[in-house]
Amino acid sequence: MKFSIYPFIWLAFSGGGVMAAIFLPVLAFLFALAFPLGWIDPPDYDHIAAVVGHPLTFLVLLGIFPVILIHAAHRFRYTLYDGLQVKHKGLVALLCYGGALAGSFATLVFLGNALTA
Amino acid sequence: MTQPRIGDSDLLYRRPVSVWWWTRKRNYFLFVMRELSSLFIAWLVLYLLLFIRAVAHGEAAYVDFLDRASSPWLVAVNVVAFGFLVLHTVTWFSLTPQAMVVSLRGRRVPAAAIIGAQYAGLALVSAFVFWLVTP
Amino acid sequence: MDDQISLRVTRYRPDKDLEPSWQDYDVPLREEWTVLDALNYVKSDIDTTLAFRWSCRMGICGSCGMNVEGEPRLTCATFLSDYAPGPVRVEPLGNFPVARDLVVDIEDFMEKLPRVKPWIIRDEEQSVDDGEYLQTPEELDAYKQFSMCINCMLCYAACPVYGLDPDFVGPAAIALAERYDLDSRDQGARERLDVLIEHEGVYGCTFVGECTRVCPKHVDPAGAIQRYKLKAAQQSVKAFLLPRALQR
Repeated sequence: MKFSIYPFIWLAFSGGGVMAAIFLPVLAFLFALAFPLGWIDPPDYDHIAAVVGHPLTFLVLLGIFPVILIHAAHRFRYTLYDGLQVKHKGLVALLCYGGALAGSFATLVFLGNALTA
Repeated sequence: MTQPRIGDSDLLYRRPVSVWWWTRKRNYFLFVMRELSSLFIAWLVLYLLLFIRAVAHGEAAYVDFLDRASSPWLVAVNVVAFGFLVLHTVTWFSLTPQAMVVSLRGRRVPAAAIIGAQYAGLALVSAFVFWLVTP
Repeated sequence: MDDQISLRVTRYRPDKDLEPSWQDYDVPLREEWTVLDALNYVKSDIDTTLAFRWSCRMGICGSCGMNVEGEPRLTCATFLSDYAPGPVRVEPLGNFPVARDLVVDIEDFMEKLPRVKPWIIRDEEQSVDDGEYLQTPEELDAYKQFSMCINCMLCYAACPVYGLDPDFVGPAAIALAERYDLDSRDQGARERLDVLIEHEGVYGCTFVGECTRVCPKHVDPAGAIQRYKLKAAQQSVKAFLLPRALQR
């Protein structure tokens, strides 16, 4: 069978799309809206540090954030090609996937620093 | 005298595609908005990463982050981002049945069931995270 | 009926014009007329030089596709009265080069269709003496929807990806590949996969979905494409993890 990289990119894109649809709404609602605006009392520091620093949190978020970033990078790349008809295709690909890679690395570092184990 | 034939590239007229093609039809516009949600999803992940970083830097950083997150500009950005996230979720769930044929015991599972199952998953995950995080 | 409606029609004379222009024609607004009837009225009573394709006038040959008010439509299946009081813009089918007036050059599609091998492929042909290939109703249902394609190319006119990148294989070709892949008599899925696994194949599609919306035969090419993406991905993962297992 002929090898092509595209199916694997598409799988990452799809997986990231599912993760974004399922996990991001509650995370964004709580941490970007409800807690800062006081709609819901934010957790006290000890509680949130324990949750964020838990090894399972580390594993789960390390699993979903990078694939969400790949999803976003892939989609935004095509938004630029089709929507704005940007012609520098190589540069756009580099910036998009490069950004996703940088974000994935940041995920590893920040989650690692927060680990309380 | 030779007549121009169909296929003589010199005489075919290729209509240019305007860079505004996606504004001309409602469905095209919605499509581009759906695709643009990717930018806001990336932003929300970045925002959450910064939140995690603040938590890792101690209580003062955590409180300070929550305080800065309530500033009007940032709230406005996050509200817009959340709106696009909702657009992503709703469109993603509604398109899944078209992309996947699921058969159970020889019968094709109806689209509504697939969509419902996804929302159920969303509700479950949301409830769990809510319980986990709130005091 | 004394009512009239104005048709604003694209004119392009390749030997005279550098680019297309408009020409207006007033036609009777008959309740039962389609846009195709109006065009034939123009050609017979007003301007015999207007060029356009049509044949069956009943939505099965796929010849009369044009952009009516910006929407890809079969003109034989589009009622004139739906656009009253007009004017009605009639342009050549979108995303294809214009050859003359409302006639487009469809060579690109004619080249792409055979690439996906839209015919039954078998490792070994059954001998005629063995009789027909038998197929149950369930096996027919598996691909029937995708067999309804009349090659009218409205889906290509609706597809922004095809409009921006003419290398894209396109909705109808992929739907037809899927039609044969799903046919129980066919054994050619692997060959079609090699053509469609590329970027100009299924993975060029960004699931806009307009192709499905404009299809007059409810083929759902967008659905076919997404299913094909998943199928190709599953095969790729299998081939990657178990290289020897890819020998069918």
